Amino acid sequence: MRARHQRMIFIGAVGLAMVAAAGLAYKAFKTNLLYYYSPSQVLAGEAPVERRFRLGGLVVEGSFERVTGTLTARFLVTDLKSEVEVEYNKTFPNLFQEGKGVVAHGTLAADGRFVADTILAKHDENYTAPEVLESLAGSEAWAEE
Amino acid sequence: MIPELGQFALVLAVCLSLCQAALPLAGSFTGRTDLMLLARPAAAGQFVFVGLAFAILAYAFLTDDFSVLFVAQNSNSVLPTVYKFTAVWGGHEGSLLLWSLMLASWTLAVAFASRSQPLEFTSRVLGVLGIVSAGILLFTLLTSNPFTRLLPYPVDGVDLNPLLQDPGMVIHPPMLYLGYVGMAVPFAFAVAALLAGRLDRNWARWTRPWTIGAWLFLTCGIALGSWWAYYEVGWGGWWFWDPVENASFLPWLMATALVHSLAVTERRGIFKSWTVLLAISAFTLSLLGTFLVRSGVIQSIHSFANDPARGLFILGLLLLISGGAFVLYAFRAASLESEGGFHPVSRESFLLANNVLLVVATVLILLGTLYPLFIDALNLPEVSIGEPYFNFVFLLPMLPLGALLGYGMHAAWQKMSGMVLLRQLLWPLVLSVALALVLPFIFFGTNSFMTVVGLAAGIWVALSSLVMPLGRALNSDAVRLTRAQWGMCIAHLGVGLFIIAATVTSGYSVEQDVAARVGQRWQLAGYELEFRDLRQIEGQNFTADEAEFEVRKDGRYVAALRPQRRDYPVREVVMTESAIDATAFRDVLIALSDSVGDGAWAVHARYKPLVRFIWIACVIMALGGLLAATDSRYMRPKELRAGVKPAVGVPLEEGGR
Repeated sequence: MRARHQRMIFIGAVGLAMVAAAGLAYKAFKTNLLYYYSPSQVLAGEAPVERRFRLGGLVVEGSFERVTGTLTARFLVTDLKSEVEVEYNKTFPNLFQEGKGVVAHGTLAADGRFVADTILAKHDENYTAPEVLESLAGSEAWAEE
Repeated sequence: MIPELGQFALVLAVCLSLCQAALPLAGSFTGRTDLMLLARPAAAGQFVFVGLAFAILAYAFLTDDFSVLFVAQNSNSVLPTVYKFTAVWGGHEGSLLLWSLMLASWTLAVAFASRSQPLEFTSRVLGVLGIVSAGILLFTLLTSNPFTRLLPYPVDGVDLNPLLQDPGMVIHPPMLYLGYVGMAVPFAFAVAALLAGRLDRNWARWTRPWTIGAWLFLTCGIALGSWWAYYEVGWGGWWFWDPVENASFLPWLMATALVHSLAVTERRGIFKSWTVLLAISAFTLSLLGTFLVRSGVIQSIHSFANDPARGLFILGLLLLISGGAFVLYAFRAASLESEGGFHPVSRESFLLANNVLLVVATVLILLGTLYPLFIDALNLPEVSIGEPYFNFVFLLPMLPLGALLGYGMHAAWQKMSGMVLLRQLLWPLVLSVALALVLPFIFFGTNSFMTVVGLAAGIWVALSSLVMPLGRALNSDAVRLTRAQWGMCIAHLGVGLFIIAATVTSGYSVEQDVAARVGQRWQLAGYELEFRDLRQIEGQNFTADEAEFEVRKDGRYVAALRPQRRDYPVREVVMTESAIDATAFRDVLIALSDSVGDGAWAVHARYKPLVRFIWIACVIMALGGLLAATDSRYMRPKELRAGVKPAVGVPLEEGGR
């Protein structure tokens, strides 16, 4: 085969593989996209009901309570305008604290509670997820702090 | 006074790197030997001063000099000595200095190992490395000076992040950086070839051992990171597709493609411009990784630094270095002529498929990593992309790659009969499918489509890697395998073992989160766990709750596990130290989480079959790389010239020495 043919086969192979992969990847992409919503958006009914999404905000001081002796716990997440109750029944990450930022992955139950399957806390104890900061930025109480 | 000396050393290193960048390059175009000869001493001097700056920073840590801001932020007087030393790279500034030190080391190694190469070529390589080095050193000095003073200085520092107070963290960053930064060497070789407008097989022969070297450090670094995450933060997970993990994995995928593409260029003198493109891309991804990790643009479990100015500087550097290389490539790639063709069934075709599939994987993972960034820039609703996406788009190209790998290893160069190839590898194919169907039933009693596919692929790759060594062992008349062939077989055996281990761990792990009290017993995958005791203990810089669990199997004692929940008072941080009973074939891992009231504690228990083999396999891969990189044709070029085809007119010594 001449070099020209080779290059064409090569480019053809790359192109074909890319197209095939892109099609399948697009599907995986669509199904695994997690959107972020703040508590205000959730209360306004903007969040999807049966689809997983991410909820972020601050854990309300004094709101954390556990069903004694079990892993099930509930707490309130706020963007300083609205509050949403979150339920979680696995172990919490070490950096989870009242008054600190949190991002929860999960779905909205029919009664308005957010049932989380993942709670994220970051390595850095000062860390607050950028979108959490953003949804807090609109509120004056945060600005005073 | 001493930290100021460190800063002074850094300034001198910048000056020398600028000399190394400008003068030899200028010399190589004007033909002035005196300028070109400056490259090696400049590289050596730069190494000395970066090394000195690093040593001075380490000294500041070891002597608790909290008047240095970086030391005050990352150390504490009660920190154990070994962590005082590793705290040097526990933060942003110090890890940049480590980056520079690694680059200076690679540069020095290239400077001394390249004596048999033409001076003009070497001065261009060292010149390009000088540009990269100057960029990173200036970045360190201007935006992240590790020697900045803190006045008035505190009595004590704020301590090293407890997550980093771990033996895994002692060697993980240096290994990873050696690999990351090592990709600068093939990059510099590629740019030097583009500058010269010609690239022969000697070029590939010089570039290949450096690429494999960087690749093997990257392999070890990533494996160490995974191992650390597994016992320190993952509680049983070993890969999270976190942006920072991806930042190291993307250059690895590209480097793997490059190693294989270089094989074709070295052997056959084709795929030249493709090889150069891969070399540029691999280092670009390393720089991009640095940008992602250091700028904090993407939220990650690792993001320590969160400074837009730093991000902008690295982005500028990325545009300058990689952008420049890509522009040069656009103008010069056409001048790199192929020296021949190949048949559809040939080693070349299989290596081509390898490259295409690895690049597809790289692009799709890169897309998933950067997509949240694009969305953020466009002010669309914020998103993140879950692990299932990454698992899917990684497996998609890797399964055909695994299937083709076995054949590729045994295909002849240029042309071969497809039937011969199929017949030669019939028994490994049949055996791997049969074993994949039977083994899960024997060991785990169940089977699923994905585990059968994964196991078949893994066993197939492992068996076909053994065909060559076994064949030679059984037939004493056969020609002995070269070191490079051994390297290939062993590295691919590692790939096979990795696929097997990843499949079994993903398919057959058992995970439990329970609320347990002292005295409670329960079952985990055939093991009986008993929560025996809970007590308070004191460490050097922490206090902890320590639980004791007894693990039994069939009534017999297996192990006592003592996970801790540590409280580090200096940073007010709580850390979970998991306890693991590890054997070659399975791990039992227990981590102690919060007290949930009523005397109960949240406990993680994990049974992870074959998880050790994930890291063992990486070490085997790296070992294969080591053998391949130290093949006699790279070590003793003179002997090669007598044996194989004559090299294309390259004098051994050139220049006015």
